[in-house]
Amino acid sequence: ETNKLYCTSVKCCIFELKAELNSDKKEKKKEAVKKVIASMTVGKDVSALFPDVVNCMQTDNLELKKLVYLYLMNYAKSQPDMAIMAVNTFVKDCEDPNPLIRALAVRTMGCIRVDKITEYLCEPLRKCLKDEDPYVRKTAAVCVAKLHDINAQLVEDQGFLDTLKDLISDSNPMVVANAVAALSEISESHPNCNLLDLNPQSINKLLTALNECTEWGQIFILDCLANYTPRDDRESQSICERVTPRLSHANSAVVLSAVKVLMKFMEMLPKDLDYYGTLLKKLAPPLVTLLSAEPELQYVALRNINLIVQKRPEILKHEMKVFFVKYNDPIYVKLEKLDIMIRLASQANIAQVLAELKEYATEVDVDFVRKAVRAIGRCAIKVEQSAERCVSTLLDLIQTKVNYVVQEAIVVIKDIFRKYPNKYESVIATLCENLDSLDEPEARAAMIWIVGEYAERIDNADELLESFLEGFHDESTQVSETHTHTHLQHVLHKHTQNTPDSDNPDLRDRGYIYWRLLSTDPVAAKEVVLAEKPLISEETDLIEPTLLEELICHIGSLASVYHKPPNAFVEGSRGVQHKRLPARTASGESAESPDAGQSVGGVSDAPPAVIPSQGDLLGDLLNLDLAPPSASVPVVPASMQMGVDLLGGGLDSLVGLHRPSGSQYIAVGLAGGTGGMPAGLGGTPAMGGGLGDLFDLGGGVGMATGSYVPPKAVWLPAMKAKGLEISGTFARRGGGIHMDLSLTNNAMSIMTDFAIQFNRNSFGLAPAGPLQVLTPLAQNQTIDVSLPLNTNGPIMKMEPLNNLQVAVKNNIDVFYFSCQYPISLLFVEDGKMDRQVFLATWKDIPSENETQYQIKDFHLNSDAASTKLQGSNVFTVAKRTVDAQDLLYQSIKLTNGIWALAELRIQSITPNYMLALKCRAPEVSQYICQCYELLLRN
Amino acid sequence: MIHSLFLINNAGDIFLEKHWKSVISRSVCDYFFEAQEKAMEPDNVPPVIRTPHHYLINIYRDKIFFVSVIQTEVPPLFVIEFLHRVAEMFQDYFGDCSEVAIKDNVVIVYELLEEMLDNGFPLATESNILKELIKPPTILRSMVNSITGSSNVGETLPTGQLSTVPWRRAGVKYTNNEAYFDVVEEIDAILDKSGTTVFAEIQGVIDACVKLSGMPDLTLSFMNPRLLDDVSFHPCVRFKRWESERVLSFIPPDGNFRLMSYHVNAQNLVAIPVYVRQNISFFESGSSGRLDITLGPKQTMGKTVECVVVTVHMPKVVLNANLTATQGNYTYDPVTKILVWDIGKLNQQKLPNLKGSLSLQSGAPKPEENPSLNIDLKIQQLAISGLKVNRLDMYGEKYKPFKGVKYVTKVFR
Repeated sequence: ETNKLYCTSVKCCIFELKAELNSDKKEKKKEAVKKVIASMTVGKDVSALFPDVVNCMQTDNLELKKLVYLYLMNYAKSQPDMAIMAVNTFVKDCEDPNPLIRALAVRTMGCIRVDKITEYLCEPLRKCLKDEDPYVRKTAAVCVAKLHDINAQLVEDQGFLDTLKDLISDSNPMVVANAVAALSEISESHPNCNLLDLNPQSINKLLTALNECTEWGQIFILDCLANYTPRDDRESQSICERVTPRLSHANSAVVLSAVKVLMKFMEMLPKDLDYYGTLLKKLAPPLVTLLSAEPELQYVALRNINLIVQKRPEILKHEMKVFFVKYNDPIYVKLEKLDIMIRLASQANIAQVLAELKEYATEVDVDFVRKAVRAIGRCAIKVEQSAERCVSTLLDLIQTKVNYVVQEAIVVIKDIFRKYPNKYESVIATLCENLDSLDEPEARAAMIWIVGEYAERIDNADELLESFLEGFHDESTQVSETHTHTHLQHVLHKHTQNTPDSDNPDLRDRGYIYWRLLSTDPVAAKEVVLAEKPLISEETDLIEPTLLEELICHIGSLASVYHKPPNAFVEGSRGVQHKRLPARTASGESAESPDAGQSVGGVSDAPPAVIPSQGDLLGDLLNLDLAPPSASVPVVPASMQMGVDLLGGGLDSLVGLHRPSGSQYIAVGLAGGTGGMPAGLGGTPAMGGGLGDLFDLGGGVGMATGSYVPPKAVWLPAMKAKGLEISGTFARRGGGIHMDLSLTNNAMSIMTDFAIQFNRNSFGLAPAGPLQVLTPLAQNQTIDVSLPLNTNGPIMKMEPLNNLQVAVKNNIDVFYFSCQYPISLLFVEDGKMDRQVFLATWKDIPSENETQYQIKDFHLNSDAASTKLQGSNVFTVAKRTVDAQDLLYQSIKLTNGIWALAELRIQSITPNYMLALKCRAPEVSQYICQCYELLLRN
Repeated sequence: MIHSLFLINNAGDIFLEKHWKSVISRSVCDYFFEAQEKAMEPDNVPPVIRTPHHYLINIYRDKIFFVSVIQTEVPPLFVIEFLHRVAEMFQDYFGDCSEVAIKDNVVIVYELLEEMLDNGFPLATESNILKELIKPPTILRSMVNSITGSSNVGETLPTGQLSTVPWRRAGVKYTNNEAYFDVVEEIDAILDKSGTTVFAEIQGVIDACVKLSGMPDLTLSFMNPRLLDDVSFHPCVRFKRWESERVLSFIPPDGNFRLMSYHVNAQNLVAIPVYVRQNISFFESGSSGRLDITLGPKQTMGKTVECVVVTVHMPKVVLNANLTATQGNYTYDPVTKILVWDIGKLNQQKLPNLKGSLSLQSGAPKPEENPSLNIDLKIQQLAISGLKVNRLDMYGEKYKPFKGVKYVTKVFR
């Protein structure tokens, strides 16, 4: 009847069980506990039996003991007072002569997540960490991680972390592996203390243990090794040599962790080294082998191979065939394989790939077929020689008349047209035949684009567009955007036909049309602006290089599956260190400069021009415990010094609020001092807001200029900050930036020990001194402080650009809020440009960087406007009057040396101003325009 | 590390849950159900699912979803490998890994899961060790237990966990000492119409059943180890000796285990054991077509080819097939459009042939592509790669074991 526990337990009621648990017969007791466990396993609530089950704990019968332990772990949390009854038995068991019992007791105790119990755990745990039996030691090592999870402070106070570190040099490999695992887990939630202090000696110990411990232990050790940065290429090579045998392990996780170590350390080897080539060759077979494992394993392997082929395409370039899709592969494997096939496609294998892709396009699964068709388009764009063949393959597919195949094919043909203009227009006729079958927005948009682009070659382009126009109002934005744009193009085409002198539509004309559109219908204008899409690039979905480097360091992890850095999504890991591939350091060099490759945490310095993207946000730690931030905070990303994690939890929510999907990883050269930044970034987030945002500026933006300081806005309401209310504004006074704050204490107790810190932000704003709140803040008291700011802080692009995340600490807690500063705060006093320079610069900045805005309902004349703006360091360089319009040419300089040039058109007949802004960093234009509006209105 | 595990059947019932840290509400599985619904087929459920606070990593084995919940950054492969290990352990303990078997043995399942992970860290995942800690259920033992009052939990310290050979338990004793090795190879090949190999690879494994007393140290050598360049080994194999001498030297686990798996994909090495002559054509008019397939053995080293099955995925317009087979039976399923010809043993003298006409949907255009053929087969006593075991030597123990090696080649999809 033991085997039918499950069935009986459901019928069994608590009362009967209680009687059986209190039976004198050992056997009956055990059966009863088994029934209780069985009920518990299926989620039935048997917590009412707690005292009766705990009574069975004092027994010599190991099985019964284990069963009771199982029960305890499950219910102790809900019955903490009862659980305390079990403590004595635990403590006694920790002294048992049988190491199995000692280990079991310490292990179970650690699983009971009740504070009162954890207090009693410390002494037994300390003994077990030094137990003579390695089985007990290795169990105790894991127990430290458990305890840390429950009460981190306790673990630190008791010195368990140091004991754990000592265990890395234990004689037993299993103990070493568990100690490493425990330390890794602890450091993940606790990044400030450098727990795994890796040096050549400890590395050597780990490598020795690697050969002898279990497969799981090998994973922990390899993942730990991957965090180490070897001193030079020789050390790097010797580690690689000792890790390579792991590539033949049957456990795929061991293999992938070994691949990670090798991919990372390889970076340090000179490419001409024989060993480098050998290593490259050794990496291919294990990766191929992973693809014959279970589909779930294949999926993870493929996501990682996707990264590896982007970083080092040479490893798998001859292995195209293993990525061919099998008909019984799960869909998630198929899609991944397809992606890798494209990455590996080259002139040498393109014929084979295309033949495969064509096969796939006739399969049943719609998603897969669509992706296969898309893949053909990507082949055409990637391998120019194959473009013609791809186009004809796509035409064949269009002939199948399968609706979704046709639509997908048209979308990719549009991309091919964009990449190779005026080359394949002969196929347009075939495309036009399928006009009626297009019902998906993307396909319609693509078709409209094609019609517009080649209007002069299509006899009935007008008609075709008209037919699309019928449904205009029902279309999704994507279609209507393209539509409007195309119409405009069409008009322009017509226009050029009428004036045969010019080959190209004159830019002025185009601007004029935009402007006309703008003044009549801003919404349509927005769509026109947005419809300007960047040119299609070689490979559209390559991972941005710095991110790729970081992901290579995370091979095998969740990050590698999602292709995002871990801090972007793993909740538990606050402030994960950003990993970079090590720079190459030759053994000779390192003797002279010992710290060359040894920056903190095994991270090499990145070039200072690269600004860490918003992904870094969680990694960025604001160390509030430090004295006033020094004026010379390095601009080097993150500088990787992990301070106290004050912003950790709080920023999670902040980030959630302010992170736009998709664009957070674009690293932008906004660095100060250089006076310019790379223009023409694809899909800059600034554009996302569009003109629409411009007209409904939120009231939360505190505006301040030299003369005008707006009233303070509440940034941190008292209910969110345990009674502390903060309101504030920004002001530029006497060439300096100030943050004016009012702190109000609405709590019942006094507040002391105020400190403030900013997160990294777009312009490096940072407090220039400490927050001067010298006296304690009593109940209901308000204090005004002015905090001087400088722009020497660390830089990171924020979204919106003028967003500032602030942490304020007092004796109660740490609070977080974010606010936005007017960009005029950053307009410097020496921003007046010479006229000649202005003219030259205006011509020099490409017209793509020009943005136009309309400012409605103003009645100021040009002189008054000019004076008003001058007060906030917007300088009028020249003024011109044409046809009852005043044109003001103005210059602005930002603290980081970026110049913005403006043309302000003031008409006497209409109350609307037109503002044209030219800037090498067009991201800021939107914000400058906001300031114009606010400065003029006040 | 691994936080919780939920076992879910095809009907969407959570029939077992285990938490290694704090308890996570089973409502977290709603995200899984959502993904399952989207995937339509159980095989297509993505293995890693992201939820606002957790990650769900799952595998689908024997009609059961093993859904694990993780909260921190954990290598997904680590989790997936572990879940497969759990499924294998159930198989090992209960004979099959089904919902019924798990429910019947729920307490043992719970004890096993508790031993396999501690705080989410793997503890004992070797079958040998676990069996020492928790005895598998047998009818005999439960009878003995009920009489003597003893339990199925081992009283001793699992010594293997501490030794440098954690995969082997101490004090193994057999009256008949025997070691068997199965060399099993599967061919995966794509041939074009003319019979030229487009793609071919061999996946091979050596599965062992070793029942030897004490601590035997075995050395297995091959006639032609050079064939193997892409290998993965059971942790017991000493990699250094393989690198230097190309022999497998190891202290085996007790019982069944996979000693190594390997991969041969150099085209010239893969001999395709059969050839096919096929002609499937469709006529422009008359809504009909012809089919003619002949199979013959080649490069089988004199061994018989068995269990031959030919599967053809017909174009959608093929309504029916009217064929004659000189050997075996054929079936055509007009719904799935799959033609299956079960031939059985391949006769050297009289080659099997399938011939006849196909009727098409009237008025439909002639199918463009030729349908592809899929062939399954099996050859006993032959490893198609040519891999041969040379000898097996045992050190460390005095008795003389009985040794055996078996070869099988399979082509299955």
